[in-house]
Parts: sequence; structure tokens; C-alpha cells
Amino acid sequence: MSPFRAIAAAALLAAAASLSAGELPQEQRRSGYSFMGPDSRAMQDDDTSNPGMLFVLDGEALWNKKTGHAEKACADCHGDGRESMKGVAVRYPAFDKALGRPVTIEQRINLERTRHQEAPPLAYESRDLLALAAFVVNQSRGMPIIAGDDPELKPFVEKGRELFMQRQGQLNLACANCHDANWDKRLAGSPVTQAHPTGYPIYRLEWQSLGSLERRLRSCITGVRAQAYEYGAPELVDLELYLMSRARGMKLEAPAVRP
Amino acid sequence: MPSALINVPPKAKRGDIIEIKTLMSHTMESGFRRTSAGELVPRDIITSFTCRYNGTEIFRADFFPAIAANPFLSFFTVAKESGKFEFEWIGDNGFASTASASIRVE
Amino acid sequence: MHRNPPTRRTFLGLAGSAAVAGVVPIVTLRPSDATPAMLASAIRNVVGEAPVRAGKVKLEIPPLVENGNTVPMTVSVASPMTANEYVKSIHVFNEKNPQPNMGNFYIGPWAGRAQISTRIRLADTQKVVAIARLSDDTFWSASADIIVTLAACTEEVN
Repeated sequence: MSPFRAIAAAALLAAAASLSAGELPQEQRRSGYSFMGPDSRAMQDDDTSNPGMLFVLDGEALWNKKTGHAEKACADCHGDGRESMKGVAVRYPAFDKALGRPVTIEQRINLERTRHQEAPPLAYESRDLLALAAFVVNQSRGMPIIAGDDPELKPFVEKGRELFMQRQGQLNLACANCHDANWDKRLAGSPVTQAHPTGYPIYRLEWQSLGSLERRLRSCITGVRAQAYEYGAPELVDLELYLMSRARGMKLEAPAVRP
Repeated sequence: MPSALINVPPKAKRGDIIEIKTLMSHTMESGFRRTSAGELVPRDIITSFTCRYNGTEIFRADFFPAIAANPFLSFFTVAKESGKFEFEWIGDNGFASTASASIRVE
Repeated sequence: MHRNPPTRRTFLGLAGSAAVAGVVPIVTLRPSDATPAMLASAIRNVVGEAPVRAGKVKLEIPPLVENGNTVPMTVSVASPMTANEYVKSIHVFNEKNPQPNMGNFYIGPWAGRAQISTRIRLADTQKVVAIARLSDDTFWSASADIIVTLAACTEEVN
């Protein structure tokens, strides 16, 4: 390639990251499910073959277990989780008045533990926290995502969007470079998806375990050779909020299976 | 007891060939991985699985580290009488777990 | 074939230091060289001196796996599964994982259908072999060549 064309290509790629028109039109939006092969889809479709459902089972048991100094189970205040948690996950991350900023489902679970159960918060990515999150999110499966609607969330959605568009790391890539501009192409044999978090927490075959969106984001950020934010960092929450609002209208399918 | 997901049709006709699917929660640590400090993570896997149909063994499997985490199994049997399927997983470090499912055969 | 094959300890030591020297600390280690001889010997442990013929067995694995850590696999054997003619067991082997055995599955005429499905781990692009033992103690096999790629981005160890 001549130097002139190389410079032109680089300039185009640089420009692409800042385009606000990079946001995908509704008709083009596809869940990560559609990028998988038939075997992985079959794994997700059957509740008795989806390993993520093992975590949902564990989460239901934890939901009913008394804990903390208050000796309370989630069920003591929230009743049957299968009823009371319907429609909750589709509006997360949600605004928490006391903190004055959005929180994820995992953070909400820990806030409930410390505020109401007088129990210590569960460690990020611990089995128990993942199980509880999987149980709660699973109750909204099939419902359309409505995250980011709250006007109080607007500045945080915007911050998340900036993070999505911002180049970072030694590879100097923004999320948008792959997930807005190059989805459906391949990276080392795997298809690049549009990055809609419709299935989180996911059973990722690479992890051989359930994991949160934050884990996946940290993995991608490490992948472009940038320093990943710590779990629970406001940047990760804002990014999750932006991604969920970018997926607004798509159906929740958690816990999904992903390669 | 670690979680298990079992899929057995609740009822079947005598002579039907039915599919049984099982999914057991287990990390199946292969024994070949190392921590970033270089230490070997010791093997911890399920080594065998048995299924009994009203007390008679109808299926048995030996697992090696090459079986993926949260092991999934699907196998078939002829529905011959109403009763119970009993499933048992045995593994390293004294791992033992059971589950069961009933079937009505007409 | 190596004249002095590296011992497992030497290989793992080298690989470990290479991993530390690299940019990303790797937890999952590339396997030491399992050889075709290990595969042959593992098969012989099951089959003895009996001949293994290709046929009757169908091995279904995606030719390009989505992730080598969890690969769905189905093995089925054409057999009437009657009291006189049935499949006794199915054995699955691989070529390049650290160990050649993957699973042994024991059935009988009561199964109705000689078919099992499970999920396996494949460390590298390699051949997978499934061998069925019939009621007359003959052995039949099928094999498949599977391409395994590593995941695009590795994680830092938590």
C-alpha cells in the first residue's frame, strides 16, 4: 500500500472513532447470540444444558438463605424472587439516590446486604455474587431492555459513551473501532459482535464459568493493552450503563452462553 | 449438594427410547494449569458417573480431565416401567453427589 | 521425534519462564507434547491386540470450534441395540492434549440407541478418535480433525 493510501486509511479509522453516527440503527442491531455457531446456541437454548442455569439455581438458594447480623434472607423483604424481580434487571444500571450515581445489579445486591441485611458485601466475581446476580437477572429474561431512561442518568450515559469512543491502550483502539465499525468481521477466528450486553452475566466458554460484564470489559481493555479499571470503578459502571442503553429495546437473554 | 440440572421426560410410553440429559456443577480442574506464580493447580475432577433405573445400572461413564467444566452428559434408555432414575457423580477429594428424577411409563 | 524428549518438568519450567517474560501472565499452559504414540498406547489399553476397523461410528464435533475449553461432541454407533447385537462401550481419545483419554461410556441393549453427547476440552488443533466395542467384541472407529484457535484476548490473572 502506498504511503499516501496508508495515511488516508489511518485518518479514516481515526475519524471513524469520533463519529456519533457510529450508533447502530435499530434494524441492524443483533444480539451476540446471532454471531454464535449452532452448537453454542443450542447450549444456551436449553435450560437443562445451559451451565449458566446452574448458577441461577445456586442464586435461588442464596435468595432464600438468612444471612448477616439482621438474620434476613432476600426473600424476607422481597418475597418470591421469581415474581418480585421481574422487570428489575432491564432497567439496570439504575440510579441510586444515596450515592448519587448509577449502580449495577451486583452493586445493588451488595448495597442491600450492607444496608438491610447487615452483612458484608460479597467480593466481585465471587461465586455467590454471580449466582445471586444470575438469579435476579434471569427473572427478566425475554423482556426488552429499558436502561438509561431515567433523566438523572443522562450525564453518566454520556460519560459511558465517551469511554466507548475513546482510544486507549498500546493498540490505541476504541471500543467503537471494532464494535461499531467492524462488527461481523473476525478477530483471530472469532466474530466481532456489536457488544450488546443482552446476556449478562454470561457463561463464557473461555472462562468455563459464569462472569459479569465488568469481567468481560476488563478482559477487552487488557486486550488492547490498556490498564483495566478495578471492579466496581465508576468508569466500568458508566460504560455498562451506556452499553445497556445502546441496547435499548433488545430482549434480555441472561444467562447467555458465549464463546 | 452442588447444583445439578436433570432432563428426563416426566412420562413416556412403554418401549419408547428416551433421552436423559444431566448437567453437574463442577470446575473439573484439569491438573495441568499453573498459577501466575508457577505453581501447579492440583487436579480435582469428577471421575465417574452412574445412572440407575429402578436400581439397575443402565449407564456408566469414566471422566478424564479432558471433560469440560460443569460436565454435561446425554444418553438414551428404553422406557420400560414407571419409577426412578438415580444419578451419582464421584470424583477426586471425596466428591460425591446424587440426584434423581421420576418417570411414569404407560 | 526428539532424540531426548524434554521432561515434563523441563518443558513446563521453560514455558513458565516464557510466560513471565511475555506481556500477559498466562494461567492455562500449552500442553507438553502428547505424541501419536501415547494415543496409540491408550487405544491399545482398551482394545488389546484386536483390530480396529473404521465404520459404524459417527463422531460429530464442529470442525472449527468456538472455544477449545468447551467443545460439544456427540458419538453415535449404528447398531440395532437388540439383546444379540448391541454396543457395549464407547471410548474417546485425542492426539495432543496432555492425556490421550477423554471419556469411556458403558451402555447395553437396554439403551435403545447407542449415542452419547458431552463437552470436551481440546488444547490444540488435533485429531479426535472414537472407538466403539460391540457385543461380539469387535472394535469400530471414527476420527475427526478439529481446528482449535485461542481466544482473541487473554485476561490478566485475577
